[in-house]
Amino acid sequence: MCSEPTGGILDFCSVYRLSAGLLPSGAEWAAFALAAVFLAFIVINGVVAVTAGYTWFERRVIGRFQARIGPNRWGPFGLLQPLADVVKLMTKEDLVPEEADRPVFNLAPVVLLVPALAVVAFIPLGENSFLGRVNVGVLFILGITGLNTFGIFMGGWASRNKYALLGAMRGVAMLISYEVPMALALAGVVLTAGSMALSGIAEAQAVPFALVQPLGFLVFMIAASAEMSRAPFDMIEAESELGSGYHTEYSGMKFAVFQLAEFMAPVVNSVIATVLFLGGAEDVGPIPGQVAFVAKVFLLVFFLLWVRTTWPRLRVDQIMAFAWKGLLALALVNTFAVATEMWLLLGADAQLETRDLWIMTAANWVVAIAAVVVVANLMGQRKIRPEAPVPSPLAKMAAEAD
Amino acid sequence: MAIKTEPITINLGPQHPSTHGVFRMRVTFDGEVVVDLEPVFGYLHRGTEKLAEERSYVQVVTLTDRLDYESSMTNNLAYVRAVEKLAGITPPERGLYLRVTASELQRIASHLITIGFMLQELGVFATVLMYCFRERERVLDMFEMLCGARITLSYMRPGGVTQDAPREFWPALDDFLKQMPGYIDELEELISHNEVVLARMRNVGILPDHLAVDSSITGPVLRASGVQWDLRKAAPHEVYDRMEFDVPIGAKGDTFDRYLVRIQEMRQSLRILEQCRDQIPEGPIKTEEPYFIRPPAGEAYAFVESPKGELGFYLISDGGISPYRCKIRSPSFINLTALKEMTVGSKMADLIVIFGSLAVNMGEVDR
Repeated sequence: MCSEPTGGILDFCSVYRLSAGLLPSGAEWAAFALAAVFLAFIVINGVVAVTAGYTWFERRVIGRFQARIGPNRWGPFGLLQPLADVVKLMTKEDLVPEEADRPVFNLAPVVLLVPALAVVAFIPLGENSFLGRVNVGVLFILGITGLNTFGIFMGGWASRNKYALLGAMRGVAMLISYEVPMALALAGVVLTAGSMALSGIAEAQAVPFALVQPLGFLVFMIAASAEMSRAPFDMIEAESELGSGYHTEYSGMKFAVFQLAEFMAPVVNSVIATVLFLGGAEDVGPIPGQVAFVAKVFLLVFFLLWVRTTWPRLRVDQIMAFAWKGLLALALVNTFAVATEMWLLLGADAQLETRDLWIMTAANWVVAIAAVVVVANLMGQRKIRPEAPVPSPLAKMAAEAD
Repeated sequence: MAIKTEPITINLGPQHPSTHGVFRMRVTFDGEVVVDLEPVFGYLHRGTEKLAEERSYVQVVTLTDRLDYESSMTNNLAYVRAVEKLAGITPPERGLYLRVTASELQRIASHLITIGFMLQELGVFATVLMYCFRERERVLDMFEMLCGARITLSYMRPGGVTQDAPREFWPALDDFLKQMPGYIDELEELISHNEVVLARMRNVGILPDHLAVDSSITGPVLRASGVQWDLRKAAPHEVYDRMEFDVPIGAKGDTFDRYLVRIQEMRQSLRILEQCRDQIPEGPIKTEEPYFIRPPAGEAYAFVESPKGELGFYLISDGGISPYRCKIRSPSFINLTALKEMTVGSKMADLIVIFGSLAVNMGEVDR
């Protein structure tokens, strides 16, 4: 393997060749293991560091949204706050409820964290700059992000706590429901790109797919925020109802790992959305691809935070109704529109020109706006005019009784 | 295949983020649906009624601050009115106007807290709460000018108020009256037309008017059910009979109506405040009373329209320096009466919102 040279900066093959050169020949397996451990170390620590930075960003931004300052005590602008948080969490006692199912209880945070980390390995951070070269990247992402359901249910079930169990039950129902529209939204992307590899999709975006398929992008972002149980779909935790949902009984480092997985989710999902819909790490004019990539991710993360601070939580049945009646319909409309356009536009060479993408963009925006308006009118609340209040006759009765 | 299911019973509270302190509900759920609910109180019982029997009439004022700590002013007012009725004291005009001013400011502050926490319970991550607290802060600043305290105010005394409003109070009130309508509009923009808020609050926890009246429910909760009953209109105390204001009512009595009524009441409170500012006469603020008031033996009941509903104090005097008996009719406690009827059949998330929309305060429930 790794016979062809690649020019990536963070490429498995480059590291493998380096370590193979250091080791005697015949020890390729050792070189392979060395490269893998080295890269896993870098990726895991890198992602955790980014997540720590993100927690600071989230708290500061939410603070500004809420007319307050946010953490500003530790370090300049409170930048060291994540460090303080980690130290605090690590020094907490690690409590396990007596009734808990210990092995499952201990395993749950890991099961939740690993998929979030595993996804990162397959994100193309530039041409040839990714760790795992999988030609079915989209399938892989869908499959592995679905695994976090297990983590949540294990945590909720093993805690032997009714709040945790309720949270976990809600979580499983919701996460499974939102897989469907998410997968359908991605079907449109795969159709247009003609590839399931993440790098292929990123390269196919002469026009960002967010423009080509606005409906697909919308559905994906909504389904993704449900997948990571962010507002307005944060009912797995629902701190005003369930204490803190499936991780009510967790403390110390296990709780920290849950929090890590939870805060990692918006970043990872924004990264995926950037690759699939916003052109990934393509150069934007004079701006180098990596800078543009980070900027796009920040934009999406900021958008998610904005939604989170503004909207209340939906109720369980409303969330499910929204997934099956609203989002699924929108995703189907998107897939159908894209498929029809592809059938009409694909020439003899089975290649989409940039001009074709612009035609699709124009058509899809019309479809998107029409579909959203129809669904909003069918499901919306705002169109229901409130009745005028009628004074009850009982008030008079009370006055007469005096 | 028949799946065997069984209801689960959960103790919501006393340690729970949205039970407004230490309220406890023993709730039986069938999945997510409430099938039974039993309120359990007493976790904040401080024996206020008993303590009042061992304090002089003026000292009891400080105890009333700690009943509903979100609206100390109206608690003070209800108590001092009972004492005045018992001892036959008539406070001077300016004192009455200051009392009404303070009470209406308190009503705005209390409603802001209620709305903020209601939205918090809906799951807005503290955003609305922070905006509400920002405005409430201005009211608390004005209270600080009036009496030096912000939460436990003890501003009123039998016979009037402790001190006149300082010079800087009136400009501050002017500013507040000028800016507050805009802030209420801002709140409404954020909440009233929000799709998710409407979906969560409309047709949730409907309280029909007959049930509300039968359960002795008062205050905004009663008015949201369409019953136009406000003690400020029905039995005007202080100088409310000279004020022009409307009594807003709701159409259906659902959670959203309870929110809307509170928003509209804040606007009406602003109207009353404006009239107070314009009408307030010069003169004494307090009658000269001895420190130990000794009302003649007898009994008296006085009530006010507090932000939560009818707050009443029933005092019995044996001619001594402290009340022989002090019974508090707290609106929070009585508004909880219909909680079970309102919540059975709704989802767990609704239960929290319904409870929040009643705006009970545990300090007042347990007394």
